[in-house]
Amino acid sequence: MPTRNPAPLTPPLNPTILRLSRQALLGRRRGLVLVIIPTVLLALAVIVAALTDDAVGYESVLTLGYTLALPLVALLAATAVLGPEVDDGSIVYLISKPVSRHVIALSKFAVAWAATVVFGGLPLLVAGLVLDSGDTRQAVAWGVAGVVAGTAYTALFIALAAFTRHAVVIGLLFALLWEGLLGSLLGGIKWVSIGAWGRGVGHDVSGQLTGPGTGLTYALVAAVLLTVAALWFTGDRLRSFTLRGDE
Amino acid sequence: MSEIRIDQASRWYGNVVAVNGISMTVRPGVTGLLGPNGAGKTTLIALMSGFLAPSAGSVTLDGTPIWRHTDAYRVIGLVPERELSFGYLTGREFVQANAELHGLADPGAATERALDVVEMGEPAARRIGTYSKGMRQRVKLASALVHDPAVLLLDEPFNGVDPRQRLHLMTLLRRMGSEGRTVLFSSHILEEVEQVARQIEVVVSGRHAASGDFGQIRRLMTDRPVQYVVVGDDDRGLASALIGEPSVVAVSLRPKGGVDVSVSDFGAFTVRLPQVARQHGIRILELTPTDESLESVFAYLVGG
Repeated sequence: MPTRNPAPLTPPLNPTILRLSRQALLGRRRGLVLVIIPTVLLALAVIVAALTDDAVGYESVLTLGYTLALPLVALLAATAVLGPEVDDGSIVYLISKPVSRHVIALSKFAVAWAATVVFGGLPLLVAGLVLDSGDTRQAVAWGVAGVVAGTAYTALFIALAAFTRHAVVIGLLFALLWEGLLGSLLGGIKWVSIGAWGRGVGHDVSGQLTGPGTGLTYALVAAVLLTVAALWFTGDRLRSFTLRGDE
Repeated sequence: MSEIRIDQASRWYGNVVAVNGISMTVRPGVTGLLGPNGAGKTTLIALMSGFLAPSAGSVTLDGTPIWRHTDAYRVIGLVPERELSFGYLTGREFVQANAELHGLADPGAATERALDVVEMGEPAARRIGTYSKGMRQRVKLASALVHDPAVLLLDEPFNGVDPRQRLHLMTLLRRMGSEGRTVLFSSHILEEVEQVARQIEVVVSGRHAASGDFGQIRRLMTDRPVQYVVVGDDDRGLASALIGEPSVVAVSLRPKGGVDVSVSDFGAFTVRLPQVARQHGIRILELTPTDESLESVFAYLVGG
């Protein structure tokens, strides 16, 4: 038998899975879409800023970016790192290894999360600065809200990708109907809406960002709980991954 | 040396039973898992590789249940039937990733060694997306061999592989077996299995139909009545002549012409049929085996 590294301490992230996930994310068409979404948002911000005075369209552009672009980016990133491999069963090659499946789930999440922050959260901050360079605080608040919500979105969508091959469709419906439509119509949804939690945290950074009224603590705890639960579930699903033949 | 023991294992999906109370022990050496498509071979391999929980019974590797036991993969190398979809990686990158995931001390050296074994050292610099079926199969094998596993499980490894590469793969498997590894591969082709495996396990419709060395299995499959339809220019004369042959156990006239012949020893029958025809001056116009499909061979095994 070839010798193995003697380190029994398993790190929470696996560098090989990180590398492969990054390649899966950027090496396909999805990588392009991931870049297009924030580009469109920023282009919109630039146009609105050029055509209007005194940051008139600020709220609309940021709300659009926050409720639509951010979950879309998270969905694309999360399903790109896990979806295709689960769909076609080729994840078997990665998990027929003596590596904790929770470490695999966490590593895949880390890559998707980084993409969501860069292509979903950061553009919110930049868009805010483009629209009103005087109010840095509000721009940062949107960025923070984006990172908090983006984290929870990414974890939830990864769990979805581990659970069903229809993750993209279900995730899209969730983002548009639950988070977008129902979230704006029914006030009570703020307690169970990722978007609302992110706003709750953003509101604490700048009062200019309208908060949902759940309070900072609730928003943070809810986002963290959902993220941890979703990642644990993903690892557990991978542990129980079932190989089915074509028969 | 490792062995996989399957004890009264069943697996069902809702109302469909994929594996039905199978018990077998897979020991060092090459074992062939033979059965028609849909017999449950993939399900059995999934059970043996920890990618499926048995609904009943147990599947153990050296005494430890394999399901949800990721450490078992230190011992097991798996070559699934699934295509490699890592087309954006080169063969070398893919095998190296497997070596790293196994936590090998020198993944680079292990990668080159495994690529050498399957003779893929040169094309390994190309992307997997450009590979032929046989090359992909060999890269899959290299990725399963990279940690020098004691147990090697392969699902339909010869499917779609050209004859030259098939020969190479067979030689490899035989060598692995003679090195004391526990090698199990599935196939639906008897000739394929008997060229490589000493021990053969036959599964049909989720049941364990037969078990033995290839001689026993071949006798089981060939020493059975075989049905032919013979059409000649004098069917009645042909029928009366054939019933006199020791290799023929039954003859009947078909309503629309032709003779149904049941043959117990088809080797002797194929030699005798032209001689009998010539002796009686009968011209044979047509000779068709009616149940030569593999499924009917398996059906016979299950029935018998």
